[in-house]
Amino acid sequence: MNIPADLKYTKDHEWVKIEGDQITVGITDFAQSELGDIVYVEVETLDETLDAEEVFGTVEAVKTVSDLFLPVAGEIVAFNDSLEDEPEKVNTDPYGEGWMIKVKVSDVASLDSLLSAEDYKAIIGA
Amino acid sequence: MKNTALTDTHIALGAKMVPFAGYNMPVQYEGVNIEHEAVRTDCGVFDVSHMGEFLIEGEHALDLIQSVTSNDASKLTIGKAQYSCLPNDEGGIIDDLIVYRVKENTYLLVVNASNIEKDWNWISSKNTFGATMRDLSEEYSLLAIQGPNAVEKMQALSSHDLSEIKFYNFIVGDFAGIENVIISATGYTGSGGFEIYCKNNEVKQIWDKVTEAGAKPIGLAARDTLRLEMGYCLYGNDIDDTTSPFEAGLGWITKFTKKFTNSENLEEQKKKVLKRKLIAFELDEKGIPRTGYDIVDGQGKLIGKVTSGTMSPSLKKGIGLGYVSPVFSDFGSKINIQIRKNAVPATVVKLPFYKG
Repeated sequence: MNIPADLKYTKDHEWVKIEGDQITVGITDFAQSELGDIVYVEVETLDETLDAEEVFGTVEAVKTVSDLFLPVAGEIVAFNDSLEDEPEKVNTDPYGEGWMIKVKVSDVASLDSLLSAEDYKAIIGA
Repeated sequence: MKNTALTDTHIALGAKMVPFAGYNMPVQYEGVNIEHEAVRTDCGVFDVSHMGEFLIEGEHALDLIQSVTSNDASKLTIGKAQYSCLPNDEGGIIDDLIVYRVKENTYLLVVNASNIEKDWNWISSKNTFGATMRDLSEEYSLLAIQGPNAVEKMQALSSHDLSEIKFYNFIVGDFAGIENVIISATGYTGSGGFEIYCKNNEVKQIWDKVTEAGAKPIGLAARDTLRLEMGYCLYGNDIDDTTSPFEAGLGWITKFTKKFTNSENLEEQKKKVLKRKLIAFELDEKGIPRTGYDIVDGQGKLIGKVTSGTMSPSLKKGIGLGYVSPVFSDFGSKINIQIRKNAVPATVVKLPFYKG
């Protein structure tokens, strides 16, 4: 199970890459492997400002649907629209080409609540 | 939770296991899309040993079967199988099943795992004919070997000419070194192949030889996408205790050449306009329909419910089955599937979705 040490994580199996007050969000290697073949990523919240834990989109595997939760409050400033045609990138490269959104964080201090790679590993028993 | 005789084999292969109908079953090995593709283009093998098998024997075995099933089992000659259903007294369906005529007065009924006890109790309660009933579900295993290359790849495993077994026919013969197994030209995928019924202590040898001969292990997730691309009903989703055979499009297995459970009411229903009909639809735009989603008209008014839905691995679009009022059931009708906040346009189509 690939859990890069330089990223932050949530209990909802999302990863967060922090660059100043902007973050990039995707789902973890563990999440993609649990979901199986991903066939659709729907994000209809571009340009919206949402609270932490609010649903910003949906990821659909062949057999299941999962909501995507915003790790911290902020404005969705970008969606990886290449996933519309190639949702399988989430399976093949979850931390790279499978990224989902970029968020302008409302309060940088809120990022302190995110999990470290070690904390996340403990959660999934890796 | 119950295991099949192959549970350890699936786990050793790295399958993701899930509880299904009380059994610990493989939902996927490598990935649903790869497995789906293997069955459509080559050959795959499913362990579906959770399915139930009842043996019904005796001079009046046929009378019992005729009285509880909707199709006309008197048409079966030895070596033929028939898709049928068990209607209830209230207009619904207790289960769908396959009836095999094994000998003159011996029939095998193959039922859904989730309904074994319900079906057994129902048929037993109707057995005023003195037929001998045996529940073989715990003793028998079932492998489905499916795909366009199944015959060619499996031929070396049997002394019988597998290409000679016609659709919905079966033989009792040798397979993979085991004598007296049922080799049946049936399946739930629409890609051809066989189903093999054998004893639990024989199935490991058969599984090993079948996979050595080039069949890829396939999980229940692909079994569902394969059956849905054909529009085959799944009990518990598309048919249940409340859906009538006519609403479900199963008029072709509902024969009034004989009396059976609720046949008088069903015969009346056949003459009338149905309250709802099972339809097949494809999404016109991106999205995936799922069981339980609302079907709405152009004004957003509720007209039905999705009973099965998926992203079709072959067609690469959202497909599904659902019940709607008959005015929306003609091929080409425009409906909408309510997916979260969006009413996504869809078109009613003719089955199968996958045309080979």
